[in-house]
Formats: sequence, C-alpha cells, structure tokens
Amino acid sequence: MRGVDGPILRTSHLLGTEQLSIDEITGLLDLAGSYVGLNRTGDRKHALLKGRTLVNMFFEASTRTQSSFELAAKRLGADVLNMSVGTSSVSKGETLLDTAATLNAMRPDILVVRHHDAGAAELLSRKVDCCVVNAGDGAHEHPTQALLDALTIRRRRGSFEGLIVAICGDILHSRVARSNIILLSKLGAQVRLVAPRTLLPARVECFGAEIHTDMDRGLAGADIVMMLRLQLERMSGAFVPSAREYFRFYGLDREKLRRAKPGVLVMHPGPMNRGIEIDSAVADNIEFSVIQEQVEMGVALRMAVLDALARGLPRDGRNAP
Amino acid sequence: MRRLAFTNARLLDAASSLDTPGALLVEDGRIREFGPQLFHDGIPDDADTIDCNGWILAPGLIDMRVFTGEPGSEHRETLESASRAAAAGGITTMVVMPNTEPVIDEPSLVDFIKRRAAATASVRVLPMAALTRRLAGESMTEIGLLTEAGAVAFTDGDRTITNTRVMRLALAYASTFGALVVGHAEDPELSEGAAMNEGEFATRLGLPSAPPAAETIIVERDIRLVELTGARYHFGQISTRAALEAVVAAKSRGLPITCGVSACHLALNELDVGSYLTFRKVKPPLRSEADREAMVEGVAAGEIDVIVSSHDPQAADTKRQTFAHAAFGAIGLETLLPVTLQLFHNEKAGLLHLLATLTSTPARILGLESGRLARGLPADLVLFDPDEPFAVDSAALHSRARNTPFEGQTFQGRVHQTYVDGIRVFDHAAHR
Repeated sequence: MRGVDGPILRTSHLLGTEQLSIDEITGLLDLAGSYVGLNRTGDRKHALLKGRTLVNMFFEASTRTQSSFELAAKRLGADVLNMSVGTSSVSKGETLLDTAATLNAMRPDILVVRHHDAGAAELLSRKVDCCVVNAGDGAHEHPTQALLDALTIRRRRGSFEGLIVAICGDILHSRVARSNIILLSKLGAQVRLVAPRTLLPARVECFGAEIHTDMDRGLAGADIVMMLRLQLERMSGAFVPSAREYFRFYGLDREKLRRAKPGVLVMHPGPMNRGIEIDSAVADNIEFSVIQEQVEMGVALRMAVLDALARGLPRDGRNAP
Repeated sequence: MRRLAFTNARLLDAASSLDTPGALLVEDGRIREFGPQLFHDGIPDDADTIDCNGWILAPGLIDMRVFTGEPGSEHRETLESASRAAAAGGITTMVVMPNTEPVIDEPSLVDFIKRRAAATASVRVLPMAALTRRLAGESMTEIGLLTEAGAVAFTDGDRTITNTRVMRLALAYASTFGALVVGHAEDPELSEGAAMNEGEFATRLGLPSAPPAAETIIVERDIRLVELTGARYHFGQISTRAALEAVVAAKSRGLPITCGVSACHLALNELDVGSYLTFRKVKPPLRSEADREAMVEGVAAGEIDVIVSSHDPQAADTKRQTFAHAAFGAIGLETLLPVTLQLFHNEKAGLLHLLATLTSTPARILGLESGRLARGLPADLVLFDPDEPFAVDSAALHSRARNTPFEGQTFQGRVHQTYVDGIRVFDHAAHR
C-alpha cells in the first residue's frame, strides 16, 4: 500500500471508470481493503471527513447505493445531506443546472449524483466547485459499483489476470455492465457479454469483449458470472417476450452454472429479480454467491473513494474563500 | 419388416440432380435403396410391388404457405381436410400459418397443432408461430420457447408489421435463436380498403385498389432491417417485379434473404379478375401481366426460391359478395404442382429446377432433412404423370372449401399416388 495519506486520484471527481488509470484503481482498491478490516472491528467511526459535507442527490430512487454512500460518509465523520429530487416535468437540462447552482451555494464538499440521463454527472462537475461522484448516469457508467465488484473479485481471487468474467443480461440498458467491462478489462480480465441480441447495444464489440447470445457457451469455463437486473417493463414484448422465456434462456440456474469453472463466483449488483435473471437456489448459495459480500465491499469501497477525493480538498473546504 | 418396391419409375430428385429411369425400395417407411440398377437381380419376394408406369417418382412436395381454419373456423378447413387436399396435390409436408382463432402465439398452441395433426392429418404438418402476440404487431412472441415446442418459423401470416421498431427488435431477437422470420409485404395503410391491383383495369372496374409500391416499400424496409439485425428472413410471397429486383439486389449483397411466389401469381394476372370474379380476389392482389412475367422469369432464373400454394380456404358466404366486400383468398393445395408444371410445358424452366422450388429448397430454408431422395430418409414420395391433362373441377377437390381460382381450367400434370412414411395417403385410381 502507498503512503497512508498520499494522493490516489489525479482528478477531483469520480465520473467513470474510463478515465481511471491502473494506479488509481489499485490505489482505491488497496485503500478500500483497509476499510474492510476497519469496518469489521468495533471501532468503525473515524474523523477523517469531520466538518466536511456530502450531498446525496439521487434523481432516480436507489435505496442501496444511497445508503451505502451515506453510511460510508458517516463512518468517516462527514455530515450527510440527502436531497430528495423528484423528476420534474420541466426541461431536464435546465432543472439540473438550476439545481446545481442552488447546491453550489450551499458549499458542499462532495456531491454524489445519480441521474437517469447519461452525462448528467459530468455536466454537474463542470458547474459546481465541489467533488462529484457519479453514482450512475443513465446507461453510461456506475464507477463505484464496478470498483466494489473488482474489490470483491480481488479479495476472492487475488488477481484479475486471465480471469474469465461473464456479464449476463441487459447489457443494453446497463451502466453497471459498461463500467465493469471497462474496469475489469483494464485490470487484465477477459470479459464476455451474454445476452439476446435485443439487449446488446450496437457495436458492443468495440469494448473488446467476447459476445455470446447462447448462455451455455458464454458461461463455459467462466471464473466469475455477473448477472444484471432486467427491468420489468423490458420483458413484456419489446426487448424480451416474457419473463418465463427470459429465465429459460438467460436466467442463471444450477444447470447453466454447471458450464462455468468449478469454484465459480456469482455476482449481482442488486436488487435481484428472483426467477427471472437468477434462480434463488443460485443466489442464496454461499458456496458460490458473493452477492451479500458485494454489499459489504460497497461501503468500504465508497469510504475509500470519499477518502481519496477528500485528500485533494483544501483544508478549509472546497468552497472556502 | 414391410417392404415396398416401386418399379418402372422415372426417379427425379432436385437435390442430387437425379433424373433417371429406375426403381426405389422402401423398408419400414424409409427409403432403403434407389437407382437405375436396383432390382436388376429381381425384386425381393416379400415386397409389395408398385408399377410406376414410367411416371415420375419424386420427393413429396413441401408447401411453405397453407392457411387452414383449425382452430377456430373449422367450417372453412380443418387440418384433416387440408391434409387430404395436400395429399391429392402430392404435398407431403404442409407448413401451416398461425392466423387462426386463437392465434398460434403460445407454446401450448403449437403443441395443439402438432397433436391435432398427428391425430387427424394424413400428411406432415409443421406449424409456423406468430411473430407478434395476437398478430397485433406490438410485442414479440416467445420465439425461444415456441421453437422448442416445434414452430418452424415465425410470421404474422398475411399481416405486415407496420411498426419498424417492433420489426427490428423482433428480427434481432429471432436472430438470437437463428429462427426464420417469414414476412408479408403489403403496407396496410396504403392497401386499406383495396380490392385489387392499382391500374387501368381497376379504374375501369371502378374498384378500390392499391399500388404495387405497397409491396415494394415493405420489401425494401425489411431488407434494411435484415441488414441491421442479420436475421434469417423469407418473404412468404412476392408479386411484383420491383420487389423481386430488391430481393435479388439484397441476395447479391449476401443477406440471408429468400422469397416465395404463389402459384396464383404465376398463372394469373389482374385481367383474370374479369367480371368481378371473387375467387380471384387474393392477397396480395393479382398484378399486371408484366409483373406476372417477372415472377415466371424469377422462378426460371432461380431468383425466386420457392413456389407456394398460399392455400386460403374461404366459405361460400364470404365469397358470394360484391368484389369489394368478398373475402381474400384462394385454395391451391391441389393445383400447386400442375400450375408449377405449366412453366415446364411452356418451356420456361426445366423439371428438376421446378421440382427444387417445391422440395429441396423449401426443405433447406426450413432446415428439414426431407425434400430429397436419400437412403434412410422417411419415404415421403409423390408419383405423378407430368403430361396427363385434366380440367379443374371444384366439386372433385378434396378441400372443404371450393374457392379455386382455376375452375374449369385445363392443366397438364396428374398426381397419381402420394406416400408419407411409406404409407399411401392418396391414390388417384381410388377416386376415379
């Protein structure tokens, strides 16, 4: 591990995995690893971010990501404000910028934003003076999810080199998929995408991943199987004809999992649709399911992200005169 | 062991370009042996012998486009009555459309068709399933599960899916499973209310009409979508020169596209509507003579892959109407072969070439092993005299419906016997 409080990130925002260097990623994962240990001890509270303010701005409802950021910030001693921002009927770009201006006037140090439009976090980052963490922008990126997935894998497998990771399901609408493809490929894993053609974006091979429409073939020899959530409204005939057909051909059950390598790990960013993309018999089996562990890693990884960003902040706060 | 010896036959097989005098031995329902030398040392004692009289013995025909009324309007046609008509036409495999009541859009309904066919039909019945639920053109069907249930292809039958986005996603999804999509090219808005082909004759008759472009527009759209999705696509039937040119261009670009033409559109043109003959009101409408000629040339050039009956039985009450209000559709199972043979007798195309459009090519498109003569395959066979003349008499047809567009017309080419799994399902001698 590098110097205890040396800089880890080159930028004051975490907008995506695309911009991250291997050193930055490794630095974050190392730091997160130390927080995993701390979180498991009785003394979980630290004063690292004492006096700092973190604002959670979620334009899309998300219990788990928002709580994870809140808990991470609180464990580091920061003040947390959860802004409830419903979707407004007025032009979204305008609303977002108006909100940004309002927020900026409150002088927070870190802004965590989730928005249904791709590029929202980046737009905000250009308009506010604080650090911005992208907690999901449309179908673009969700960097902390990919980082926590990487942390989970690294703790179980040691390294990424040569690992076969099969990401299965709704790749088209998934920011989790995009961030993971980019991040895991950077780390040396061999990424495969498994989905029906209707759930694969155009020219998805540009990411350098192997594409499979047959799940048996896609899972053959996989070290990690990462399932994605399929939104209910997408399985009524537009992208997929029905939930039962989806489960039959793309739902992870024990039989399909048998194609993967012995000792395979099963992951899911949650929340799960049981009986649609994943069978309970797989999701709940601690022999290969690390789904709960991902949640635990999420808090530690987000603490590391906040810590790393805070290292770049002026002592008196980002917005101090 | 049951053996059947066909002697004194002219063996014709498009897949292997075989055209030779010879004999064929069937053992337990399968082709055991065939060729010019067979039985030179004598016919096996225990075999039943069929003297073929020098007639053509060929693989049974595969008709890729058959509408029946089962389930839902059995008064028009059942699988059983359609299969009798098919057998009489030398057809041993009929592919039935999902345009029934209810629509075949559920695995259990595919299973229903298969079970009803097994229980009642004398020829093989392969169901196509709907591409969109209730043929509404809105949401795709369970292509994976329907394929597992036995659907051979996916189609909305004689309906065109107008929503391009729905069509794109359905094609993309179908390509996931390598499923075949069969499209109908007739822009519904452009053809709304139309009873025949737009042109001078429709104007003289004062009938509402739709332009041939109603077909071309959809053909060209779907070709673009195939380009985008890579789906295997078959135009169930085309009827215009412009559509054919588009298909030919698409094929030359290597797209996985094939097309069919109905026997009606090879034999008849818009003038045959004559004095408002509703039995000649079909979908798509009979076209100009130039378009009909283009269809014949397309078959001869191998640009049109298959010839289909587009058998569409209609009850008398729906045809005894003014032309504008009469139902679309013509029966055709029993006239498919003789109409096709017209092209041979008119010296437009050779016998083997034409036979391919009715046997080996549809088998290839559908992924069937049948449609050819080969050792070990089920003995689905047709025995016909290509020259014998006969006049179409609707009263003598086997279909439950009588709406033939060829009443009284004379053709050459008589089916004498038809076999499925080595079992005789039609014998002309028994019907004389």
